[in-house]
Amino acid sequence: MENKLKKVDLIFCKTCQDDIEVVRKALQRNPDEIINEIIDSGLKGRGGAGFPTGLKWKFARAQQSDIKYVVCNADEGEPGTFKDREILDVVLTTVLAGMAIFAYCIGAKEGYIYLRAEYNFMLNKLNATVEEFNKKLKDLGLSFEIQIRSGAGAYVCGEESALFESIEGKRGEPRNKPPFPTVVGLFGKPTVINNVETFVYTAMINHLGAARFKELGTQDSRGSKVFSISGDTPKAGIYELELGMTVEDFVKEFGDGDTKAVQVGGASGHCVPRKKFENTIIGFEGIPTGGSMMLFNSSRSMYNVLKDYLEFFTEESCGQCTPCRVGCQQLLKGIEAVKRGERPASYLEELKKLAQSMRIAAKCGLGQSVANPFISIVDNFKEEIIY
Amino acid sequence: MTDVQAILEKVTTKYGKQRSALMPALQAIVKEKNYLSDEDIVAVAKTFDLSTAEVYGTATFYTFLDTVPRGKYVIRVCKTISCHMSGKDEIIEALQNTLKIKVGETTVDKKFSLLTANCMGWCHKGPVMLVNDDVYPELTPQKAIEIIQSYQQK
Amino acid sequence: MSNYMVNLKINNIPVSVPEGTTILDAAKKLNFRIPTLCYHEDLSVAGNCRVCVVEQVGARLLQAACAVPVSEGMEILTNSTKVRQARKHIIELLLSEHRADCTECYKNGNCELQDLAHEYGVNQHLFIDLARKRNYTIDRSSPSIIKDDSRCIRCQRCVRTCDELQGVSALAVAYKGDHQKISTFFEHPMFEVVCTNCGQCINRCPTGALIEKTYIEEVWDALNDPNKHVVVQTAPAVRIGLGEVLGYDPGERVTGKMVTALKLLGFDSVLDTDFTADLTIMEEGTELLTRLKKALVDKEPVALPMMTSCSPGWIKFQEHLFPNLLDNLSTCKSPQQMFGALAKTYYAQKRGIDPKNIVSVSIMPCTAKKFEANRPEMRASGYQDVDYVLTTRELGLMIKQAGIDFMKLPDSPYDSIMGESTGAGVIFGATGGVMEAALRTAYEIVTGREVPFRNLNITPVRGFEGIREATVKIEGCLPEWSFLEGVELKVAVAHGLANAKKLMQAVSDGTVSYHFIEVMACPGGCLGGGGQPIPTNLEIRSKRAEAIYAEDESMPLRKSHENPEVHMIYQEFLGKPLSHKSHDLLHTHYKARKRY
Repeated sequence: MENKLKKVDLIFCKTCQDDIEVVRKALQRNPDEIINEIIDSGLKGRGGAGFPTGLKWKFARAQQSDIKYVVCNADEGEPGTFKDREILDVVLTTVLAGMAIFAYCIGAKEGYIYLRAEYNFMLNKLNATVEEFNKKLKDLGLSFEIQIRSGAGAYVCGEESALFESIEGKRGEPRNKPPFPTVVGLFGKPTVINNVETFVYTAMINHLGAARFKELGTQDSRGSKVFSISGDTPKAGIYELELGMTVEDFVKEFGDGDTKAVQVGGASGHCVPRKKFENTIIGFEGIPTGGSMMLFNSSRSMYNVLKDYLEFFTEESCGQCTPCRVGCQQLLKGIEAVKRGERPASYLEELKKLAQSMRIAAKCGLGQSVANPFISIVDNFKEEIIY
Repeated sequence: MTDVQAILEKVTTKYGKQRSALMPALQAIVKEKNYLSDEDIVAVAKTFDLSTAEVYGTATFYTFLDTVPRGKYVIRVCKTISCHMSGKDEIIEALQNTLKIKVGETTVDKKFSLLTANCMGWCHKGPVMLVNDDVYPELTPQKAIEIIQSYQQK
Repeated sequence: MSNYMVNLKINNIPVSVPEGTTILDAAKKLNFRIPTLCYHEDLSVAGNCRVCVVEQVGARLLQAACAVPVSEGMEILTNSTKVRQARKHIIELLLSEHRADCTECYKNGNCELQDLAHEYGVNQHLFIDLARKRNYTIDRSSPSIIKDDSRCIRCQRCVRTCDELQGVSALAVAYKGDHQKISTFFEHPMFEVVCTNCGQCINRCPTGALIEKTYIEEVWDALNDPNKHVVVQTAPAVRIGLGEVLGYDPGERVTGKMVTALKLLGFDSVLDTDFTADLTIMEEGTELLTRLKKALVDKEPVALPMMTSCSPGWIKFQEHLFPNLLDNLSTCKSPQQMFGALAKTYYAQKRGIDPKNIVSVSIMPCTAKKFEANRPEMRASGYQDVDYVLTTRELGLMIKQAGIDFMKLPDSPYDSIMGESTGAGVIFGATGGVMEAALRTAYEIVTGREVPFRNLNITPVRGFEGIREATVKIEGCLPEWSFLEGVELKVAVAHGLANAKKLMQAVSDGTVSYHFIEVMACPGGCLGGGGQPIPTNLEIRSKRAEAIYAEDESMPLRKSHENPEVHMIYQEFLGKPLSHKSHDLLHTHYKARKRY
């Protein structure tokens, strides 16, 4: 079978070095026209959840409010994900251009980039670029100013409403939804929040047109996406790939010849075992992903992998809702108890049911998605968990 | 004026006295003083007219806003999956032996604290550690020791 | 709320509710009760316990009924298999991090988690017991409140209470993940932080994580000691709350049965805090008039507005948050402490009992009173003036322990002396009551006539609005009070410390001017006090308020200055209001405490 994996060079390409020029051109267009083009492109959020970007913009534009905000989510914390750091490092001005175009579309005056504390080493450089960019926007006559706010070590702040709480100076606890951010977001105002990568694609679509973007990908998963590839692979790193490949295609390119499982979508994603490589598509029709691909070869214990993930969630849960706060602890203690023989193997079935309850009853995406790694690893590697 | 008040004045000049300036304020104090003391939080609470419990509750939510004394250089070794797979245990052991402290502790000279932290976004280049804001990917035990030695001389 | 109506179906039954209604309230309309834990009618919506999740047909996720507003065409199932499974799991998870040794728990039998566990037939041991493996603390440092983290289910009701209702935030949520907990500042003991001891957190804690410190055993010991003469005083709001602990619906007046029960428990003398409430009015009313005279006639600097001092939660609040206004507080002790000081002096003399053999017990709707009784300045008699303070709830428990069939008890009158009271004393139990009682007396002292309100009911100061104000124009003064002629006496009333905070900020800023302010720490006043029966909500508090005012109207005397025992004590013992002896026994001072 032909390998459909296709490397792409849109995000980091050098065809649009002058991002301010992209903004200048956009300012000459009608905001509705810009938004419709984004809708037409089929672009979905690149942070992992995959909400259609154009629609989000449309909702925010429709809101009547003097104050609106544009927020760039640079709180990349999903284990296995590191592409946003690279994007910020290499093409920050394109991110800023995406934010500016969007601000123009909805009439926002202020923008925030929420940068995870672990990336503070870039802060001075980023601040300087942002400052310079703000000046250029002013020269263009666009009243929009961007500032960077740092996180302080809390994975859950990548959840959009938790991120707002954090910027507002509070504990990063996710809010109840509805209302959604496009209606009540940062400081209670209509807000659009997108992932770093999404802003870059919106700028690219503006620059190159939706058609160029639509040439790539599949019906449900348009375009390309930046992947963070790690684990047991000789080619660990950051790659922009066309969406729609199978895990099989992916492993052929990136595996070390002994790949037994691929964790798609980071700790909160799904574990795909070898027998399912062929039939699993990476994209919204298969397994959606924020771009993390972690490969495991046969030397790895999937019990250890799952335990690592659960330890991570147990610590990084905000702690407010019962299913997530206590559920994570029970899943972790549960597999440990089974491993030690203190609970029977059948207890894993109880834990799977619990994970299902967490999936539908937790307050935010963090607690809801713990079921993904748990069920996929327990189902596919049961022996490794028990013995 | 105590140091903390000088820090707070700087922060409030830039960000104002609304609650949204709280994180920058706490971060600025930690940057200068390595952690938030009882008195620091009282000063912050006064500045923003918040209860001390509220400020404490907010600070303790965030891993990087320490409320226990830390050394001048806070070492955080990533402990999440990829770094685990690429040998964070050996790094931690080398650091413990070099610094003669365990994870969670601070050296007697208050120069180093050794901590672990969750994923830092260098999964393709693990193991990785932060020393304050500076990042050191692709560590080996030897490299980690050399890095610490360079800080010892600072 | 919007006029726009939204149509939906709950368990296949159509219902139409105003836009903005939550699923929880819409279900209530159809008489479907959806269980809740973190939800409380008095507080903002948190949506964090998730026990109220319901299924929305067609939606992937379950919805938190307390937090999600209805939408057009919505179909909700409140008891589907999915819902039941998730709900059961949630209760089982909560039990796994909760020290569920219910038989040893003070809240056994009045615990929302226990009720749900029972209703849902959960398997308590399905999951691994996390509570016992944890390093939890039980903070018994406060004389009022015990904070037991091992029973906490992190619903955050206490945190919201302390912030939203009381404006104090002595408790906050700290840490995250498995370390998340409810904490004071730096986990300092409750006794050392800004806690006012109001106990409102206790009233809203669904489990036994926050309870009052009980002194029941100490009181039993005193009652069983033949060498002790045990006197008991009962606060105004106890008589309209106690019934709820013993089988009555809210709003039942059980004064006579309560007195009978106390006698059956073995108290040597059953007396009434209402007596010293009347006495407070004499002292405080005179103090107010004296301050006004100083301000208007002598042009002396004097702290106005004067503020009431009956509510010990409010006093400690003021000491912490507004030490700049301590001079504005009336120097009068609270009725409890006036009673305590007199019990071991005046009462002891009259009854010929050595005060060292008197044990003075008070039954209060309040937890802050426990702290107040322990204040070092409250030893005017040479002994601790009030030895033990029990809450309404503790008294209820003692009555149960004694096997008394409360509902079948006959009524008894209070003993004498210090058992006589008026309706003015009774209304101390409701927000605005002290103000109303003070006005009834002060107006009459100054003008020789009754307050110009129908049936003595000064309705402008009644009600549950957070801050209320009223103006009483003084006309036709007696000659000695002529300096008050034509003065418009401006008064304000606040209840709930968050409201008090707003009012105090305005007073501090000078944006308002009043002569007299009444503040009660608790929502609704003492009837909603931190020692009152649980649960509490606006409806329950309203019923208790109705009972208080009905009790007032049923009294033959309704003005403090008409209380014959009050006349007698001035004649025989105190002399006159603000006399030297009064100052020694009935007045106090305050100390600034740290705000942060």
